[in-house]
Amino acid sequence: MPENRYEPVGRSATPTPAPRPGQEHFTAPADEGGLGAVDAVATDETPTSLWRDAWHQMRRRPLFWVSGTVIVIVVLVAAFPGLFTSIDPRACDLARALEGPQAGHPFGFDRQGCDIYSRTMYGARASVVVGVLATSMVVILGTTIGAIAGYYGKWFDTILSRITDIFFAIPLVLGAIVIMSIATNRTSFLVAFVLAVFGWTQIARITRGTVLSVKNNEFVTAAKSLGMGRGQILVRHVLPNSAAPIIVYATVALGQFIVAEATLSFLGIGLPPDVVSWGGDISAAQGAIRTDPEILLYPAGGLAVTVLGFMMMGDVVRDALDPKARKR
Amino acid sequence: MLWYLGRRLLQVIPVFLGATLLLYALVFLRPGDPIAGLGGERGLPEAVQEQIRAQYNLDQPFIIQYLLFLRGVVTLDFGVDFRGREITEVIANAFPVTIQLALMALVIEAVFGIGFGLVAGMRKGGIFDATALVVSLFFIAVPTFVVGFVMQIVVGVRLGWLPVTAGRDPDFVSLLMPAMVLAAVSFAYVLRLTRTSVAENLSADYVRTARARGLRRSQVTGRHVLRNSLIPVVTFLGADIGALMSGAIITEGIFNINGVGGTLYDAIIRGESITVVSLTTVLVLVYIGANLLVDLLYAALDPRIRYA
Repeated sequence: MPENRYEPVGRSATPTPAPRPGQEHFTAPADEGGLGAVDAVATDETPTSLWRDAWHQMRRRPLFWVSGTVIVIVVLVAAFPGLFTSIDPRACDLARALEGPQAGHPFGFDRQGCDIYSRTMYGARASVVVGVLATSMVVILGTTIGAIAGYYGKWFDTILSRITDIFFAIPLVLGAIVIMSIATNRTSFLVAFVLAVFGWTQIARITRGTVLSVKNNEFVTAAKSLGMGRGQILVRHVLPNSAAPIIVYATVALGQFIVAEATLSFLGIGLPPDVVSWGGDISAAQGAIRTDPEILLYPAGGLAVTVLGFMMMGDVVRDALDPKARKR
Repeated sequence: MLWYLGRRLLQVIPVFLGATLLLYALVFLRPGDPIAGLGGERGLPEAVQEQIRAQYNLDQPFIIQYLLFLRGVVTLDFGVDFRGREITEVIANAFPVTIQLALMALVIEAVFGIGFGLVAGMRKGGIFDATALVVSLFFIAVPTFVVGFVMQIVVGVRLGWLPVTAGRDPDFVSLLMPAMVLAAVSFAYVLRLTRTSVAENLSADYVRTARARGLRRSQVTGRHVLRNSLIPVVTFLGADIGALMSGAIITEGIFNINGVGGTLYDAIIRGESITVVSLTTVLVLVYIGANLLVDLLYAALDPRIRYA
């Protein structure tokens, strides 16, 4: 039996490694593929992950910088309202009620004689806190339930999907109104919690769907064959690869939760009156709507700009993370 | 298809039971005694309170109360509320105007959303597209009640084109403004959905083929692009019927309409648990029914989807 049955033509000069005992099949000549060159090319460029790619894509969009600036400003105002106004939003003088804009009071006064500019600045906190809290809760709850249902399947999926259906059948504002009307101690945390209880279903469905499609990928099979545990694979491989649609939905949901909080406060069952909030101020302005409609516009404007900022950011992130949309 | 319909109907039952049980528990486990407050300042004698409790099954354990309520739902007899009105009658009074409002809103958002979305999608990246996107984002960002107030001031008071509020027994014209306000948010979503869908379908192979066959532009747009783009839009519109009916709580409040929203809100504030649960149950039923309808429509609209 010859040592190497498939001697490549024209490369006879190349020395072939001696086969080890039992290695009877074809062995490639050492320099055949030029694999070293391929490696050199690959290490020359920075590896482009989905996230790095998306970041490059987003950086070039003016909309990203506009919405990013709006979000940064709103968060700054929410965190340190005292930096933007030196007037106490709760120090009101009924004698100055409904006075127009003047020096030091650019937006004028509302029906209670409170400074509208100051109240608009301080109102940001309630909206941002409720929005961020509710979104965090929804992301944690929705991803956990959706991931378990999608990844473990079988009766986990059956039970969790039915529970999702049940909560999905109750509209967000309707469910929130029913609970909030019962609540005795209304805080930002409670409002966020109630919104999260009826708002997590969409994210659970999205997560379940993406986990279902991700878990059949080669890298999951590879991790499995390397002996990784199921839980470990879920956390280390499946979830990071399902994150894109969850992040996109979360930015949009943040805006929706801010609107929902304002709606509840507007109905008088959201945040208590002593908390300065845009929803509450809009509700208070309602009484003077025929005579002084402009006092409504400041809290409503703050609300709109904030929600618009988050929604636009969601648009930009979606475009950047979705290669299908990027192509065109 | 029949097999699918049957299986889908069976799936609705546990969802309905779960959702109503959840709402029932939320409403009936609330602190405070609705009966004790009925007599006003002087209060009711203990014996009368006991009798009323027995009449409304409030002396029974929670799960029995829920089962008795379910029997009422199935037999379409919800009992009477604390003021002695038949709840079936309350529902019959409240729903027609809300249904009319929701349907009007649905037509408005479908016509304008699909129309503008089609134009924006055909010229993606153009000036109309950019404007439509910003305007739709604006509608999503501004809460319904602010849109309502602004419309009331501008269209109702300043311009005087439409009645400011609707009031009792509203006619078509006075419901026009509430319907537009109710449709505002969904209009924005329909527009964006149509735009994305149209833009995506424009580069599809069958559209290129249709153009290559020499069909007129209007034929390509109407028959090939629009029809295929409408599948996700119709899905959204179907599911939106339920959302519009419960979203009417805010709109009806602003425009003083005596529909489901107004009745429900009054009942929640006054703690009339039975009315609250009955109305929300009907709303949940509408919501579930609309979603079921959408699933079936899907199969009819998209021949690629087959239900085994």
